[in-house]
Amino acid sequence: MSARPKILLVDDDQDFLDLYREMLSQHLPSSPEVRTANAGARALALLESEPFDLMIVDLSMPKMDGLQVLSIARRKFPQLRLMVLTALREDQFRIRAYAMGVDQYWIKPDTDQEIGLLMESVESLLTREAQGGFRGVQSKSLVDIVQLECLAQSSCVLKVNNGVVEGRVWIQQGEVIDSEIPGLTGEAAFLRIVSWKAGSFEILPADPSRNRAIFTSYQGLLLNTAQAIDEAASFPVPETNPIDGKPKEISVTATLLAELSQVEHVEFVLALGGDKSEEFWGLENPKPLVEWTRATLASFRQLGERLQVGQLQQVLGSGPHRSVALAPCGEGELCVGFPPESSAEQLRETMKDILTKWAS
Amino acid sequence: MGLLTLFSKSSEIKLVRLPTGSYTLDKDGRIMTSTLPRSFPEEYLREIGRRMLTALHGARKAQIPLSEIVVHYAALKVQARDLRGGAMIFIMPAR
Repeated sequence: MSARPKILLVDDDQDFLDLYREMLSQHLPSSPEVRTANAGARALALLESEPFDLMIVDLSMPKMDGLQVLSIARRKFPQLRLMVLTALREDQFRIRAYAMGVDQYWIKPDTDQEIGLLMESVESLLTREAQGGFRGVQSKSLVDIVQLECLAQSSCVLKVNNGVVEGRVWIQQGEVIDSEIPGLTGEAAFLRIVSWKAGSFEILPADPSRNRAIFTSYQGLLLNTAQAIDEAASFPVPETNPIDGKPKEISVTATLLAELSQVEHVEFVLALGGDKSEEFWGLENPKPLVEWTRATLASFRQLGERLQVGQLQQVLGSGPHRSVALAPCGEGELCVGFPPESSAEQLRETMKDILTKWAS
Repeated sequence: MGLLTLFSKSSEIKLVRLPTGSYTLDKDGRIMTSTLPRSFPEEYLREIGRRMLTALHGARKAQIPLSEIVVHYAALKVQARDLRGGAMIFIMPAR
């Protein structure tokens, strides 16, 4: 990264751009280089042509509105930090913006104090980026983060999201005291969370009211984690495909499918890979279901992008013979069958458990 | 700093607000009734309806007939109930 961080400021009001360019470039300790764009299309063109650390976007803009810009920017530039700076105070826009993955949502400030807070916030986003990718686990593993927090005797809550499910780790005065993912708590949840290979996390303020459920020291926990990783690495090398020589992953998926089939009420499981592969359990003729699952999830993903309502989470269907739940899962997709009497709430909760197992 | 309020734009540029409400479609995707505000573009209603009807019809072809589909997004829930080939659709933004 260059010594001076770069900010792209997007608003259709030229006076606003001029004022904020001056404020940001002259009053922030990191002295960022600030570029401006007075339209969404111009902003996207600038992003294509040069790297930026932070984009600050207004929502109300003609032709291409801010939500559209954010949607495209998040998809094409996942490492770019995003901030909304708007006059729109409605919760709906805040929720939609956060659903699209913005880092912060700010109402345009009216007072000196609010401007001061905004400046601090922008500086904090730029500094976090400069200090080494606290955005996710690509540049620092979760084990590293836990270790750092514990060594520093910190008290905080780590909120971790692997793109499918969210987990939390409570740290109190340098010790991991509890952990939680849907369907699991305590040490088991901690081991599951630190096994996630990718995702994002944030550090939240401490929660002193959380009761201690993990009594192993953090060194012990991390040792257990290392052992689990070593054991996983020492599994036999998977059988290779005689045609292309690539390892067969079927056995891993098949094992997982067998595990999912044990989940209460699950009647069938269909797992579709991003590479068009498919694995199933409990189905005799999966082909029509494969086509429907792929088409339905693709269609509703497109609809979500059009309506700017964030990530597609689940599609639940109920019918006279069966209920089904579809969900995107990393690069792949899952379709799970349930008995017809299952309630929507049951389906949603069970799918959360299934997605957690799958993601882990 | 009251000057800065000048930069708060007037409301001439409207972002599409997601409404709460329902509407019904016939089997050809035509909107029959609606409780949704007119400010929500009809083309969105038609597109949601078309995709919901396609999903319901596709499920039938895939040997899993469904009477209801609920689609959960991070900021919106859309629910469609089969009505003899048409559908009743509920739109519920996340609060």
